[in-house]
Amino acid sequence: MKRFLQAAMLFGVLLAGVVVASQAQGLRSVLGTVLPYAAVAVLLVGVIYRVAGVWGRAPVPFRIPTSCGQQKALSWIKPSKLDNPSTTLGVIGRMALEVLVFRSLFRNVRTQLKPGPKLAYVGGWELWAAAMAFHWSFLLIVLRHMRYFTEPVAGFATMLAALDGFFEIGVPTLYVTNVLIVAGLGYLLLRRVFDPQLRMISLAADFFPLLLLLSIVVTGGLMRYFGHTDVASIKELAIGLITFHPVVPAGIGSLFFVHLTLVSVLLAYLPFSKLMHMPGVFLSPTRNLANNNRAERHVNPWNAPVKVHTYEEWEEEFHDKIEACGLPLDKP
Amino acid sequence: MSEKLPKPEELSTVDFRPVDYDWMTAKATFRKGTYSYQAAPKNLKYLGLANPREWSPIDDDWKLPDNWKTIILEGLRERLDKFRSLGLFMDICVRCGACADKCHFYIGSGDPKNMPVLRAELLRSVYRRYFTTTGKMFGALAGARELDVSLLKEWFYYFYQCTECRRCSVYCPYGIDTAEITMLGRELLTLVGCNINWVMEPVANCFRTGNHLGIQPHAFKDNIEFVRDELEEVTGIHIDPPINKKGAEVLFVTPSADVFASPAIYTLMGYMLLFHHIGLDYTFSAYASDGGNFGLFASHELMKRLNAKNYAEAKRLGVKWILGGECGHMWRVMHQYMATMNGPADFLEVPVSPVTGTRFEHARSTKMVHICEFTSDLIRHGKLKLDKSRNDHRVVTFHDSCNPARSVGILEEPRYVLRNVVNQFHEMPENTIREHTFCCGGGAGLGNDENMEMRLRGGMPRGHAVRHVRDAHGVNLLACICAIDKATLPALVDYWSPGVDVGGVHELVGNALVMEGENERTTDLRGDPMATSKGESDA
Amino acid sequence: MHDSGKILAGLVVFGALVTFPVWYHAAWGGPLVKPRLPADLAEKECIAPTAYMREHHMELLNSWRAQVVRDGHRSWTGENGRQWRASLTKTCLRCHANKADFCDTCHSSAGVKPVCFDCHVDPKGKN
Repeated sequence: MKRFLQAAMLFGVLLAGVVVASQAQGLRSVLGTVLPYAAVAVLLVGVIYRVAGVWGRAPVPFRIPTSCGQQKALSWIKPSKLDNPSTTLGVIGRMALEVLVFRSLFRNVRTQLKPGPKLAYVGGWELWAAAMAFHWSFLLIVLRHMRYFTEPVAGFATMLAALDGFFEIGVPTLYVTNVLIVAGLGYLLLRRVFDPQLRMISLAADFFPLLLLLSIVVTGGLMRYFGHTDVASIKELAIGLITFHPVVPAGIGSLFFVHLTLVSVLLAYLPFSKLMHMPGVFLSPTRNLANNNRAERHVNPWNAPVKVHTYEEWEEEFHDKIEACGLPLDKP
Repeated sequence: MSEKLPKPEELSTVDFRPVDYDWMTAKATFRKGTYSYQAAPKNLKYLGLANPREWSPIDDDWKLPDNWKTIILEGLRERLDKFRSLGLFMDICVRCGACADKCHFYIGSGDPKNMPVLRAELLRSVYRRYFTTTGKMFGALAGARELDVSLLKEWFYYFYQCTECRRCSVYCPYGIDTAEITMLGRELLTLVGCNINWVMEPVANCFRTGNHLGIQPHAFKDNIEFVRDELEEVTGIHIDPPINKKGAEVLFVTPSADVFASPAIYTLMGYMLLFHHIGLDYTFSAYASDGGNFGLFASHELMKRLNAKNYAEAKRLGVKWILGGECGHMWRVMHQYMATMNGPADFLEVPVSPVTGTRFEHARSTKMVHICEFTSDLIRHGKLKLDKSRNDHRVVTFHDSCNPARSVGILEEPRYVLRNVVNQFHEMPENTIREHTFCCGGGAGLGNDENMEMRLRGGMPRGHAVRHVRDAHGVNLLACICAIDKATLPALVDYWSPGVDVGGVHELVGNALVMEGENERTTDLRGDPMATSKGESDA
Repeated sequence: MHDSGKILAGLVVFGALVTFPVWYHAAWGGPLVKPRLPADLAEKECIAPTAYMREHHMELLNSWRAQVVRDGHRSWTGENGRQWRASLTKTCLRCHANKADFCDTCHSSAGVKPVCFDCHVDPKGKN
């Protein structure tokens, strides 16, 4: 609980600061223009540095895929092409499954010790479902937001909005993704707080992004469903940002600045946090390499000679015993 | 086995719900039965490794070098530069907890630091403190911890409570592999001389004699001939197994336990019968007398030092390709490391089965074929005369060994062989086999007696699964393709599921093989009576 | 084995996605159009202040629909006490006569598709 309280306190301070700042008219140009630019710059530089400058600089010395299915060896045994790929195409398929539908997490099964005693393997799908609900909703919401950043509005944004609002509940129409993201994030946060195992392994840095994301979702939802906001002016601000003619039109509610500032914090925080799993998953050597080890040799750039015990040394050491037992000698 | 071992019912009351446990401050307690003894100085000296000395994990003073902290941190920096996996796995874990209850040691012990996520956090917390800005700035708040002796002791305790089985990496959404973290963690410990003897003695032996048991060439020959004689007694077939024969077509490399320890020797009998049956031109090597490689459990360097002999010997003997016996971690090394470390093997030829003509394209670079691949190809082509009913006294289940399953993907080959040599085969529950398979609890150098309680705890999931098929189907043989399994599973099965034996797949092949000129077989290779029904109907 | 090419390609894609609006606008972008009203208006004041209407008109229209269609109640009182007929066609469209010039400018730039004209007729338009 200690680490949750730490994270909650830290986040509370941040949120309070943002709320206070959003009230000050004088700070609006900072929150509405300077901060978003800075955040995107930090995001780009930070991600590129970590991926290319840190991870990418270190080589992959060995090919160590985790094989999660039958290998390709004998022609008449059907290989598991996606869970144990032997070709680049298979690897692309495996990575696609991993990135798009969280293949590995889908395997999650909870281990329970039942009376007997006996071990049972049950459930465990909730984590996968919540992760899918959150990540996919998040992606779709980001894509939907492109209606603010494109003029004329990009076709995909309109289409997604129509799909997302398919049920036409209420005015403005309720987006399914908004419900799912709250449910997903809520579950992910609650399990960390209330499951003793999860709470024990969680760091402040695990609670913080969840709280941040939830507040972004909540402020966004408040604007759409409850407080309402002047969408036309927000669009003006957004287009100003991306055309590098930043403007902060009058009449935008302070809630919007809270929302925007939290998003800026998220973008700038990402490169320094565990959220780097987003680019990181693509680089994982247990997933992104083909299990063709015995067919194609993998080269290790720092493969250095090591001290070995050669046959000659071995034969010399055991010469008499080898001779006595009648095994052949190279140097009799 | 120690007398103080708790009963299975007691071991099975594991509490998974830690209350008020703070992993960042909790220290490792070295309780008898749950840790392995320190490496003897002679072994470290022989290998030229750091800080050979008399010490014990339960001592307060571990007699570390004065600058041990610098050595560890420099070692960590070096490895971050050399292994992308390390930096990546340090950075991207989200602590989702999917791995937590996948570790057999956590399931069996309930010790939170046996959750793969926390095992990795032991290293990660140090990484944060010395290699990340947030860790340097915010310390414990950012999950960073000072590297001190008690933390080093945690590393020793928990990195030697991981069998590098890779089960957790199957479930990790980012493929974070605790085996990789444990391997590198143990490498760092090696830099300051904190090793266990059950790893270092075999490594030293293997470096000197060619095999982990330290069998010298004449004794190696004696042992093979002893097994050969036993075999002759059962079957009436006399075999002269070639050793160090130049110009043979195939070099056969198998773990040394196969020539030395029961029940692995019955697997060796199976190999010998098989090779005799098909007239294979092969040779054992007394120099490359162990395919197993405990170097894998200490450092990449030691792994390479031990592995080098295989290609060197294949070259010296002038064989065309290498055939590998039943072994778990050996196959991780042969499949994922050997060609990279000690290849290219351009002096060998792409393996071709001399009996069926099958070209093993999947092994065209490394030039090494797994015995189960080889045998299933023989069976498929109808080249073996088999009498399944000779195994009718056996009701068999198959334990996928961690490394063949999760580092190669040898899942169907052994099953195909088994289905062709036994009539009664039953799978264990699906969450405990194939890529989900559970470790024997004694891999990666942990299969020693002083660590018995931890082995039995780690073996609990496997033990429960065996008990399940024993009770449901009357299973009485747990077949496997790993020498460590054959050494460690008997104790485990006796404890969790008495009445089940452990044996190799090729032992069952040997039972079923109908050899030309053999005696009428009344016993299996172990000398145990076969089922009588067949004999009666024949009579 | 660094796979620099693949990493670089991945980062280029990442950068392109993050900056998508910038280059999308450079390639296909147009100006933001503001809503326009005809010069001669039927009324001097709107039923509610402009700022309120910008944020809440959809709610108001929705409540009008409910009160008229479901309750048959046609009268609505503004904040200053003035009575209005709750009718899109007969009240709003008297001033905001041109749907294309007024409604559509914001709606299309905000990517919103109101359902008003699924039933109502746009007097100046085709439907």
